[in-house]
Amino acid sequence: MSHHKNSELVIIGAGPAGLSAAVEAAGHGVKVTVIDENDRPGGQLFLQTHRFFGSRRHRAGVRGFQIALDLLEEIKNYDIDMLLDTVVWGIYPDMRVTFATEGKKKDFIFAKNILIATGALEKAVCFKGWTKPGVMGAGAAQNMMHVNRVLPGSRALVVGSGNVGLIVAYQLAQAGIKVAGVIDVLPEPAGYQVHAWKVRRLGIPIMTSHTIVEAKGDPAVECAVVSKVDENGKVIKGARMELPVDLICLAAGLRPFDELCWAAGLGMKYVRDLGGFVPLHGEALETTFQGVYVAGDVSGIEEANTAMEEGRLVGVVVAEKLGHIKKQDTAVLKNEIKNSLRDLRVGKYGDNRADAKKEIIRCFTAICK
Amino acid sequence: MRIYNHPVLGNIQARKKVYITVDGKKIEAFEGEPVAAAMFAAGLKVHRTTRKYHEPRGVFCNRGRCTDCVMKVNGRPNVRTCVTKVQSGMVVETLKGAGNWA
Repeated sequence: MSHHKNSELVIIGAGPAGLSAAVEAAGHGVKVTVIDENDRPGGQLFLQTHRFFGSRRHRAGVRGFQIALDLLEEIKNYDIDMLLDTVVWGIYPDMRVTFATEGKKKDFIFAKNILIATGALEKAVCFKGWTKPGVMGAGAAQNMMHVNRVLPGSRALVVGSGNVGLIVAYQLAQAGIKVAGVIDVLPEPAGYQVHAWKVRRLGIPIMTSHTIVEAKGDPAVECAVVSKVDENGKVIKGARMELPVDLICLAAGLRPFDELCWAAGLGMKYVRDLGGFVPLHGEALETTFQGVYVAGDVSGIEEANTAMEEGRLVGVVVAEKLGHIKKQDTAVLKNEIKNSLRDLRVGKYGDNRADAKKEIIRCFTAICK
Repeated sequence: MRIYNHPVLGNIQARKKVYITVDGKKIEAFEGEPVAAAMFAAGLKVHRTTRKYHEPRGVFCNRGRCTDCVMKVNGRPNVRTCVTKVQSGMVVETLKGAGNWA
C-alpha cells in the first residue's frame, strides 16, 4: 500500500476522536492520513457493550462497539490514507511525523497539520502481589471478553468504582463471571448512579471505604485481601477480609496518553480533574506547537461523546485553515459543535470538566499571547 | 474458557482452528487471535519470569503497551503475545529473564 510523503492532516490515533476528525476533514476535501498502532481502527469503543446515553446526536441507545462499526463504515466513503499496525514515535519541529510499521522499514511523512488523538492509559494501582498473573487493567479484561471472546477469570474483584470500574463489573457478570465486589477507597461510588445501580441490582456489593492490601496466590492470583479504611484512607486494624478471586481488575482512573505530547515539546499542565498531564490548548484545540492539535481523552479525560465532538471541531478548523470551507459556514459548524460540547459538560461531573477545560484554555491563551 | 455465546455480542463467528505449542504442550487456538488469548483460554497464565527474582508475569494491559506478556515465539524473544496473532504450528516458550537475541 502506497502512502503520501506529504499530508494535509496527519491524525495519530483512530479512536472516536481521530475517526470523527478524519470524517469531518475528509468530508470538506482535506487529504487525511490516519495512523494507528492497532490492527484495526476504532480504539476503545470496541470494548464497550453498553448503550450510550444522552441525545440522539450523541448516539443515545447505541452500543459502544456499534458506534465504532458505524464510524468505520463512514470512513469508507472517503479516500483516507490509513496506516495500521503503525506506531508514531516522533513529531519533529519541521512537522515531520516519524513512524514504524510492523515488519516494515521506519518511515516518515511531512504534515501540514497534525492531530494527536492518542486517547488514554489506565493508571496503575500498586499493592503487594500486583504483578501476579490474574491482576490486569479493566480494559485488558474487556478486550479479553469482547474482542478475544475468552474469559479473563472465573471469580473477580474490581478495584475502583468510577464509570470504568462499574461498567466492567457489569460486563464481567454478563460474561458469566462471579464478581465478588467493586471496592473503592472513597466513601461513595465515583461513577454515575445509573451504572452503580446496574451493579447493585446484580447483587454485586460496592464496598466503599475499602482498599486492596494484597493479591495472594502462586503463581497466579487465588485471593485478594481487602480492608476497610478510615476517613483518611488508612487501613483500619483488624478490618481485613480475604476474597477468593482469580481475577483482579484495576479501574483506578484514566490518564491522558501523553507520550507523544511530551516528545513533541508541547506545553503541558497537570490537571487532576482531567486525569493528569494535559497538553495546553485553545478553544480551537490547537496546542503551543502551531499546527499541532489535540482531541479526545489525550486533551483531558472525558467520554467518547466529547471525543467525537472535539475530533469534529479539529476537522472543521483544519479544513477552514486550508481554505476548504467558507468563513460563514465555518462559524455555523463551530458553534454547533461548541454548543454540543457545552451540553455534554453539565451536571455534578460535567461541571468539573467544564471548569478544568476553561482553565486549560485560559493558561494556553496567557502563554500564547 | 471461551465465550461462545454472549448476551450482547451474540455467537462467535466461525474461525479456523489451529494448534500451537506452549513449552512443548499442544493447545488449540483460532487463526488470527492473539497468542495470549489462546493461552488464557487454555488456562495458561504465566508468560515469563523476571530476571532477578524469577517472579511470574502475565497479561496486564492486553494492548501491547506494558510488555509483561512477552515470550519467545518461534525462537524470537521478547514478543508481545497479546498483540501477536497465532499461526498454525507456532512454537511459544516461557521467557526466563531478559530475552537474548544472540
